[in-house]
Order: sequence, then C-alpha cells, then structure tokens
Amino acid sequence: MNVGLYVWQRLTAAVMVPLVLLHVIVIFYATRKGLSAADILSRTRGSLAWAAFYGVFVVAVAVHAAIGVRNVLAEWSPLKDRDAGILASAFGVLLFLLGARAVLAVVLP
Amino acid sequence: MTALAHRQSVLWIAALVHRLSGLALAIFLPLHFLTLGLAIEGETSLENFLRWSDQPLVKLAESGLVFLLMVHMLGGVRVLLIENLDWHDRQKELATVAAAVSAIVGFILLARML
Repeated sequence: MNVGLYVWQRLTAAVMVPLVLLHVIVIFYATRKGLSAADILSRTRGSLAWAAFYGVFVVAVAVHAAIGVRNVLAEWSPLKDRDAGILASAFGVLLFLLGARAVLAVVLP
Repeated sequence: MTALAHRQSVLWIAALVHRLSGLALAIFLPLHFLTLGLAIEGETSLENFLRWSDQPLVKLAESGLVFLLMVHMLGGVRVLLIENLDWHDRQKELATVAAAVSAIVGFILLARML
C-alpha cells in the first residue's frame, strides 16, 4: 500500500467512526417495534440531512472498502499489485454506484 | 519459539478479526445497497423484503452483521490510536474490550428483534 492509499484509508476510517455510531443508533431506533418500509421512508424521504449523512457515508465506505479489498487481494491472492488495484477500483466504483442508488431510493420524495 | 507463535497473540487475532470482519462487510454491502434500492420500485417492494427478513435466521444474521460492524469500527479506532498516539501497554485489554462491547451490542439487538 502506498502513502496515498494509506492516508485515504485512515482518513475515511476516521470520518466513518461517528457515522457508524449514529448508524448503529438508528438501527436500534428503527427496530424498536419492528422494521417497516413506511417508518424508514417517512424518516428519509425529502430529508436533506439524511441524504447528506448517507451520501458522505457511501463515498467514505466505497473508498475505504476498495482500499481494504485491494490490500487483501494483494496479500492473500496470487494477483499482482496492479491487477489487485484494478479489481478493487472496480469494486469501489460498484459500491459507490449501488450506494448512491440506495440513498436516492430512500431520500427522493 | 516457533515462527507461528505470534499467531497466539491477542493482538494478532485482533488484526485477523479486523481484516475478516472488513472482508465480510465488503461482501455484505452491495446486498445491503441493493435491498435499500428496492424503494425505487416503491414502498411495497421494500416492505415485502422486510417481511421476508422477519425470519429468525435472518435476524440472527443481521445481529451478526452489527457485531461485525462494531468490531471492525472499534478495531479501526484501536489502529488509529496506536498509529497516532503514544504506545501504551494496555493494547490487549483494549482489543478484548472492543470485542466484548461489539458482542454485547450484537446480542442486545438480537434480543430486541426476536
């Protein structure tokens, strides 16, 4: 892992610590009387705050997970560094696209 | 002392748990996003999935995922602390507390959902 990837990995980790804590609190809150789509969407639809919160979360996790997957592939698979990087980058882009789609799905009115 | 003796260290196990939990979360995330994306088709699609997820085994898996999320996050905080602050001798205790807190959070969530 080069210095750039190392810094991005740590930076996104630090950004996500409060996001994960709040996400877990939301999970506990949302499941207090069973999950329902109506409950979830009534909180998130039209909410700029949740759009921003989960938008930042998706960007951070796409970068963080892609670097992590790259490290695992480079160290635990027979792939060369370059190929591990290409595969992990593709995974990061996929995560970002699916994550952005998910955020839009729950926040658009 | 053999070459593999370090693998009995709590801190080596903590590093392995951190890596494996991260890998499991990376595999889970696309499915999580696809599930939430069901809301594009309308509230009913998401609701139908949520009713399917009421099965005890799915709830067990969800609690396991929250455990993995907590253990990966707390393990990450431990790494950030080691790298950015002065070293101290309580690393093993910190790693154990991180695992214990994660397990407690996972179990409480499971107990609430079942």
